[in-house]
Amino acid sequence: MEHHASLQLTTPGSRYSARQRTGLALIGVGVLALLVMLVGDGSLNPALTMGVAMVGFLVGSGLLFADLLKQAPGVNNNGVWFSGATARGMAGWIMAIVFTGFYIILYWTPSNLEQLVRGTDALSAALRGRPSDQWFLYGLFYTLAILVMGARMLIKYRDNKYQILRTISVMFFQLGLAFILPSLLLLLNEPEFYFSYFWPLKYDYLWPSTFSSLTQGPGLGIFLLFWTAVMTFVATPVLTFFYGKRWYCSWVCGCGGLAETAGDPFRHLSDKSTKAWKVERWMVHSVLVFVIVTTLALWINSWTGGGLLGGLSNEFSRLYGFFIGLIFAGVIGVGFYPIMGSRVWCRFGCPMAAILGLLQKYLSRFRITTNGGQCISCGNCSTYCEMGIDVRWYAQRGQNIVRASCVGCGMCATVCPRGVLRLENGSMKARYNGPVLIHHDDVSVQLDEAWQRERPLMPPAQEDIPILTDKDLGISPV
Amino acid sequence: MARHIVIIGNGVAGITAARFVRKLSDHRITVVSSETDHFYARTALMYIYMGHMRYRETKPYEDHFWTQNNIDLVRGYATQIDTQSKVVRIADGVDIAYDALLLATGSKSNLFGWPGQDLPGVQGLYGMQDLALMERNTRGIRRGVVVGGGLIGIEMAEMLHARHIPVTFLVREKSYMDYLFPEEESALINDEIVAHGIDLRLGTELKSIIGPDRASAIETNLGDRIDCQFVGLTAGVHPNTDIARASGIHANKGILVNEFFETNVPDVYAAGDCAEFNADGIGSRRVEQLWYTGRAHGKTVAYTLCGHRTPYRRGVFFNSAKFFTVEYQTYGDVPARPGPHIQSQLFRQGRSLLRVNSDHRTGQVLGFNTMGLRLRQDQCEAWIRSRTPVDQVLKSLAKARFDSEFQSSRVYRRAAATSD
Repeated sequence: MEHHASLQLTTPGSRYSARQRTGLALIGVGVLALLVMLVGDGSLNPALTMGVAMVGFLVGSGLLFADLLKQAPGVNNNGVWFSGATARGMAGWIMAIVFTGFYIILYWTPSNLEQLVRGTDALSAALRGRPSDQWFLYGLFYTLAILVMGARMLIKYRDNKYQILRTISVMFFQLGLAFILPSLLLLLNEPEFYFSYFWPLKYDYLWPSTFSSLTQGPGLGIFLLFWTAVMTFVATPVLTFFYGKRWYCSWVCGCGGLAETAGDPFRHLSDKSTKAWKVERWMVHSVLVFVIVTTLALWINSWTGGGLLGGLSNEFSRLYGFFIGLIFAGVIGVGFYPIMGSRVWCRFGCPMAAILGLLQKYLSRFRITTNGGQCISCGNCSTYCEMGIDVRWYAQRGQNIVRASCVGCGMCATVCPRGVLRLENGSMKARYNGPVLIHHDDVSVQLDEAWQRERPLMPPAQEDIPILTDKDLGISPV
Repeated sequence: MARHIVIIGNGVAGITAARFVRKLSDHRITVVSSETDHFYARTALMYIYMGHMRYRETKPYEDHFWTQNNIDLVRGYATQIDTQSKVVRIADGVDIAYDALLLATGSKSNLFGWPGQDLPGVQGLYGMQDLALMERNTRGIRRGVVVGGGLIGIEMAEMLHARHIPVTFLVREKSYMDYLFPEEESALINDEIVAHGIDLRLGTELKSIIGPDRASAIETNLGDRIDCQFVGLTAGVHPNTDIARASGIHANKGILVNEFFETNVPDVYAAGDCAEFNADGIGSRRVEQLWYTGRAHGKTVAYTLCGHRTPYRRGVFFNSAKFFTVEYQTYGDVPARPGPHIQSQLFRQGRSLLRVNSDHRTGQVLGFNTMGLRLRQDQCEAWIRSRTPVDQVLKSLAKARFDSEFQSSRVYRRAAATSD
């Protein structure tokens, strides 16, 4: 059969086997079941319908991903830019609208989710000893997304131990510490507490309201406060010093966990331009300032009994919760995966990432080392960087990558076809290196001192770290 | 005094030269290319076809980089150089006067006069136009044949495979690239090719391509006929010397240059794939056609173009490639057939392979080959430069590891154990 010309480009990425088609059909049944619960008249048994949806999703995904096992182990991003789902085609936009729509309903009109919520009552009763609500439903969906897409990661990157361990880690922290444990705490009449989230990502954990509710309540409250304080002020800087921000962002964090698993098919959609990098730095640090000011204001208000700031601090916290907590982290952060990539929130909005980034840049042993002159400038590393770092820009000049935003997912090193990149926690001394290709291309060796100096080219924006040539020359780029 | 430096070719050699001339001077720079508007990584051509990247992602610099750094880009085909009046003629375009001219025109695919080699559906793969042609030529086909067991050949096989197109791969040698690889390395790649379902025909040459209107089959020297709708001719490349020959600039295989990349004509230089050194011992061979050598040529000639005459010196040899999923690196001297004075130690673990060569008499390390492993270039180079005893190298191999964290270290431990 002669293919139609315009169809041909999409063919390579979307050739499904019989098993995969069965899987897709089952996922379709799952979607249908959820849709019926969303818009139906409630005449179907919610638990049964939810069960059908879950089986459809789990078995369907299993069949869909099983075929990945038939491919040789090793990086395979074939057809990523040909498939509408992963290249901002029709399927991508539909997914974006569905995800975004779900968040809008969840936040603003949760009563529309009534049937879905009732469908999870049985599980909620078993885990938490109480009826379900929209947040339990959301937590369940979120956890399942990480587990199912995590399984896909484990298959896709099965010859890379770093990716395997990292994926198992985010699956464990989501399931154990962000889903089961908070539920069990509720069952035991303790506060619903998330051990894997800290201020300022979980911004209210250091707010006076949490403080008072934890100290006044019985049971674990004091321990939980202690945990928050230790993780925020001790563990975070210490772990980041030794391992970089990856210990959290791509190994523990729930937002990161979703991005690394459900977001993996969209990681290449992040904007790599220097312009986007500028926006990122302004935006993420503004959010950090916002959350710090809000937290301080709340405490001042609490200490002065509202005398100093009146209702202002509450207004601040309400605004932060609405614009940052709901709209940015939720609607945009996840809803826009298929359009802007998987780390929009982490890159442009997360204040925790901002703090970890500052620590990583100035007080950490972590860096991505480049391997001499082996880079062929192909661009795989930059393309598959979910944080939009132009990794190649550094690699092709033999320069270590020390960037605040790097979450240490290791994908640049995984997709590199020449073994040029390696995540390392070495001595801080040799961490910032200048461009060293000069050595490997062996020209400078013969040059007298005056000619060993060259000035950096524009754009200087990528050079947010001290470059030896800059310092040597004292020339600021024109 | 600002001069006008004109560069023909926007591949890695020409562009590296332009970048370094700009770093070193305020000379006016014009880069002429008939291939693309902007510099892209030729090494990534295969990934565009496979859908890993788009053309946009293969450009190492954003488009505004060139205007910001005052490097003029001209899209046009340079046909001839008037070396007397120092002018480059552009087909259907405006002539460009130069003070110094760098030819960085790259390579062209080899054709060996096979019957049917000009039929539609038959092509080589070197540049962006070839990729566009391949896109058209491989639409809806049932089988492709790739002829020539080199790097581009195996890439083309992988490209077609990624598009679910069955591939027959004709390799003249008895084993893949056995002129470059020792037996074990070569065998490992044979296995990798076959494991991907490629119909690998070793010791097989192309006899003819059968038409009539477009490629419909090929015939091998063994008398086999293979039905196909696409034939990729990837039996190596040769320097593109067209413009030099049309302009009285001496060329043999490539455009002849000395160690300063100077041609026989004053103020005309040649570098990268298109150049041929006029003596041995300048590069690792007279014509160097690697990404890395193109980059090194470009950088070296930039110093000369800026008035600091600098000879080309190739450091410790290195190269790398990827054969389907198997990564390959080499450092120093690792010949396919080691002479009697070379001791070659081989360590294997699953699909990984590590070879360490040393001088049999002195025990000094000479070179490394790896498959499925990553070594640190700095460390390997330091060992080779300082002629470190091989026992010491094997013992401290862990220092040279560049594999991802948590990857198995068994092969290194095995190597260390042999030195005890």
